[in-house]
Amino acid sequence: MDKIIEVRHLRKVFGNNEVLKDINFSVSKGEVVCIIGASGSGKSTLLRCLNLLEYPTSGEILFHGVNILEQKMSNAVYRTKLGMVFQQFNLFNNLSVLDNCMVGQIKVLKKDKESARKTAMKYLELVGMVQYINAKPDQISGGQKQRVAIARALSMEPEALLFDEPTSALDPELVGEVLKVMKDLARSGMTMLVVTHEMGFAREVANRVVFMDAGVIVEENVPEVIFNNPANERTREFLRRILDQ
Amino acid sequence: MTADNTFFEWVYYIWQHYWPLFLVGARNTIIIALSGTIIGFFIGILIGIIRTIPIDHKTHPLLRTLYSVVNFILLSYIEVFRGTPMMCQAMVIFYGAAMVYGIHLDPIPAGIFIVSINTGAYMAEIVRGGILAVDKGQFEAAHSIGMTHTQTMAFIVLPQALRSILPATSNEFVINIKDTSVLSVISVTELFFNSNSVAGINYRYFEVFLITCIIYFIMTFTVTRLLRYLEVKLEGPSVYIIHGSQTVPEAQIRIVGKE
Repeated sequence: MDKIIEVRHLRKVFGNNEVLKDINFSVSKGEVVCIIGASGSGKSTLLRCLNLLEYPTSGEILFHGVNILEQKMSNAVYRTKLGMVFQQFNLFNNLSVLDNCMVGQIKVLKKDKESARKTAMKYLELVGMVQYINAKPDQISGGQKQRVAIARALSMEPEALLFDEPTSALDPELVGEVLKVMKDLARSGMTMLVVTHEMGFAREVANRVVFMDAGVIVEENVPEVIFNNPANERTREFLRRILDQ
Repeated sequence: MTADNTFFEWVYYIWQHYWPLFLVGARNTIIIALSGTIIGFFIGILIGIIRTIPIDHKTHPLLRTLYSVVNFILLSYIEVFRGTPMMCQAMVIFYGAAMVYGIHLDPIPAGIFIVSINTGAYMAEIVRGGILAVDKGQFEAAHSIGMTHTQTMAFIVLPQALRSILPATSNEFVINIKDTSVLSVISVTELFFNSNSVAGINYRYFEVFLITCIIYFIMTFTVTRLLRYLEVKLEGPSVYIIHGSQTVPEAQIRIVGKE
């Protein structure tokens, strides 16, 4: 299979705190991979390293086989190929919903206004936010913000989408609308890497689940195995705690 | 007019006879304060932007050194001009330019120059604070869609930072209107200087400076109202339109957002 991202021996150290220790894994085209694990296990850091929001201490990140840490491709170009959806949405507060989805296309991809608008509308339609194109971020709900954030990421037409706990900052009744959009996306064949605490989503949608603990990948497998018959004691322990709640 | 006349008669008399002097002074005060605030604002933005350029391990060592030097110079400028009275700066610059370089500055341009660099030193820190106060997530989101630092600043961060520092900027403007009075020491014919002249002619300090205070207050109050109006304008509408249906575009619902 065509590997979009491959990570080799990735390490990330903050001060004397080794957050990621020798991470190896890959995501292939069309795959939906969920990363689960306790808080502080390094899941978000791994995702942020993939998008270079954190710079890895050592190791390789291969994008279609090219190590992007060797600067053969500019960071900005590489980042347009990976969309990122944040826990805190991070919509541009000074721009309307529509402009949030257009600004990257116009300024970074150098598209003209008309085609940028068309693309933005296409994805806003997909997430069900077309009605709100004139609203500012502080005028819409959390679930709506996150759907716009997904549309913004999609508007750049990336090869893969990274989700960093996309529903963790949402009120419980708003989680569903965001998960529904993500499920639709997964079914449409989008390559997705999702850090999540939503075990139901991981079980239902993921092709593969990665369990991380204390900066290492403890176990990765298809969801049936991870959730029903995990090989590692630490995975069992984590799932017991989560599912007990 | 004699000392036997009442207070109000004196006020009336002084205004009757000297209003052109007061108005010329007020005009010069506004010219100096306005130009000084605007120029200082741009100095502040420029320095604020330079001082928030991210420097990390990937930056070329030569650039890093250059940046430290520039940063040191800017920091010295900020500290010196914030840390000394504008009245002394006016004296040093005005008489220093004449003595050391033989440059005889006109008082009003000299006044504008002094107010500008003084405001610039304050605005530099205000702008830097405004930039640092923008949520880190805004930078990350901009970077994640491939924007460079320059693009992020130009289209995302500065518009937000500038809006949030507008109250501080109006504050600077009001302070400048009042503080131009110290420029009287280099004979700038602003409101305080002219008032002093009027008072000297008649030996009526109380009456003259009461009029002066009223004029200062009218100027500052007008300016704060105008800038407040600008702030509200920049806030944008608190109402947005929901487009009801794609097929019936005129079907619109108006939603009242936050106040």
